[in-house]
Amino acid sequence: MRAALTAVLGLVALAALAGPWLAPYDPAAQDLALGAAGPSAAHWLGTDEMGRDVVSRLLAGARSALFWPVLVALFTTALGTSLGLLSGYRRGWVDALLMRVVDLAIAMPGLLVLIVVVGVLGGGYGWAVLAMAVLFTPGDIRVVRSLTLAQRELAYAEAARTLGLRPGRIMFRHLLPNLAPTVVANALLSFTGALVALAGLSFLGVGLPAGTPDWGLMVEENRQLLDLNPWASIAPAALITVVACAATLLGDRAFESMSKGGVR
Amino acid sequence: MAVLTLLGRRLGAAVLLLGVLSALTYGLLLAAPGGPEQVLLGGRPSTPETRAAIREQYHLDDPFPVRYARWLGDALHGDLGTSVYSREPVVTVIADRLPVTAGLAAYALVLTVVVGVPAGLLAAMRRGGRLDQGITLGSLAALSIPSFALSILLLYGFAVRLGWFPVFGEGRTLTERITHLTLPAVALAAAQAALVVRQMRAAALDLAASDFLTFARARGLPRRRVWTSYALRNAALPVLTVGGLLLAANLTGSVFVERAFGLHGLGALLIGAVGQKDIPVVQALVLLGGVIVVAVNLLIDLAYLVVDPRVRKGAAA
Repeated sequence: MRAALTAVLGLVALAALAGPWLAPYDPAAQDLALGAAGPSAAHWLGTDEMGRDVVSRLLAGARSALFWPVLVALFTTALGTSLGLLSGYRRGWVDALLMRVVDLAIAMPGLLVLIVVVGVLGGGYGWAVLAMAVLFTPGDIRVVRSLTLAQRELAYAEAARTLGLRPGRIMFRHLLPNLAPTVVANALLSFTGALVALAGLSFLGVGLPAGTPDWGLMVEENRQLLDLNPWASIAPAALITVVACAATLLGDRAFESMSKGGVR
Repeated sequence: MAVLTLLGRRLGAAVLLLGVLSALTYGLLLAAPGGPEQVLLGGRPSTPETRAAIREQYHLDDPFPVRYARWLGDALHGDLGTSVYSREPVVTVIADRLPVTAGLAAYALVLTVVVGVPAGLLAAMRRGGRLDQGITLGSLAALSIPSFALSILLLYGFAVRLGWFPVFGEGRTLTERITHLTLPAVALAAAQAALVVRQMRAAALDLAASDFLTFARARGLPRRRVWTSYALRNAALPVLTVGGLLLAANLTGSVFVERAFGLHGLGALLIGAVGQKDIPVVQALVLLGGVIVVAVNLLIDLAYLVVDPRVRKGAAA
């Protein structure tokens, strides 16, 4: 199961890297005579309204579909893990202050804020990535903090303190390895959240200029073709779902391995 | 006494959340490209005089905190300004669009509860069986699929291929409205119902191992009675918490669903207003979203007080 899930993500990553060489057509090349045609030997998933090849556009969209969510996941996980460790290990006023902020941020209607900020400020995915980092980090902080609170009382942490190690070293060299499965799970969840949120933004027509080969935008732009070439809209929707599903399930597994007795 | 402290704390948190959200949305006017005058003019050509008039009318020369306080004061009195795009009061614009979204949200909520709660209980009662596996797998799938992707699939399957439901619009009469809103409501409810199923199943299984249920069974109470009046009441607590999160998600979810099904509700209004940089409408909608989230969370706290005597006594606060 795990291998299959990893394989799905690997395949999409491969498509993102090698997409330009694999694509049978130029993703922007129009063939108006062949607009909104169904699947054929020449166009496996047919064409969109402008006669652009759906397979080529899916391949072209893979790169941005993966790159930005990976960026969000890396940033969120690094920040969330550091602040969570700090909050849980140090406790005191740092913890109290951070938890107030976290409670507040978690209560925010996040996607609403995201749509409005990106829509009003414009400028592609830049603001979206920043806004998502702000919105996703609090959840990570809370999870890492609660685990740190438990780990810091265990014998090995006690021993490290007795040896007189600096708190920074204890947090990152001793506690962090024991939280690894959770950190991985958090990263995968952030990745999924960002993937779905960005695709959703494009679907709403917020963030990207029309005509960009992007999965979310393809779902939206080809929505009117459901009776002529449904694949033009359903294929990108299915891809988003499959990638999101694979990442979520992998994350679930990492969480479970943590709850079944920590690191193997 | 404990009840009052609890409510006081929650109210404080609610006010803080609304404060931050409103400051953020008000700040949008300043951050929007072109500056506030350009936004308020709505891209119409301007002379120095009209610009000065706009600055005067909206008190743009006052310091930010003063302006924000004035705007908030007006908002609290129900005056949310004028739409830059349609020149109508924002309150009227929102009231026009509200029925569609409210109907959609209510429909989705009914579906969520009517399908989610029994399915979760059923899965727990038949733990490990075919039915349980089917329900668990189905809920996982429903949870993973983004609402807009599900909308497209439903549109294709039930509206385009089978022709059972209309493809577009919200309908006029009540029956039309219901058929038009069925697919959107299903798309909106799927992920929520899945969450409720999982919560309900987990809560019911937790309870199944508890002593008071064993005792109830030992006394020979009928199975149905044990599950509904003993298990359901206790399982309601975590489900209530999820319910609050759901309603908040409902708000943003409806933006995607309305877009997919071509409905003219608040979600469509938001996207339109964002596109036209109609900041007063955007501000009002975000504020409305925040108020709804806060109100729902407070209602859930109250529901906790009703359902759980331990919270009333302050033991489990």
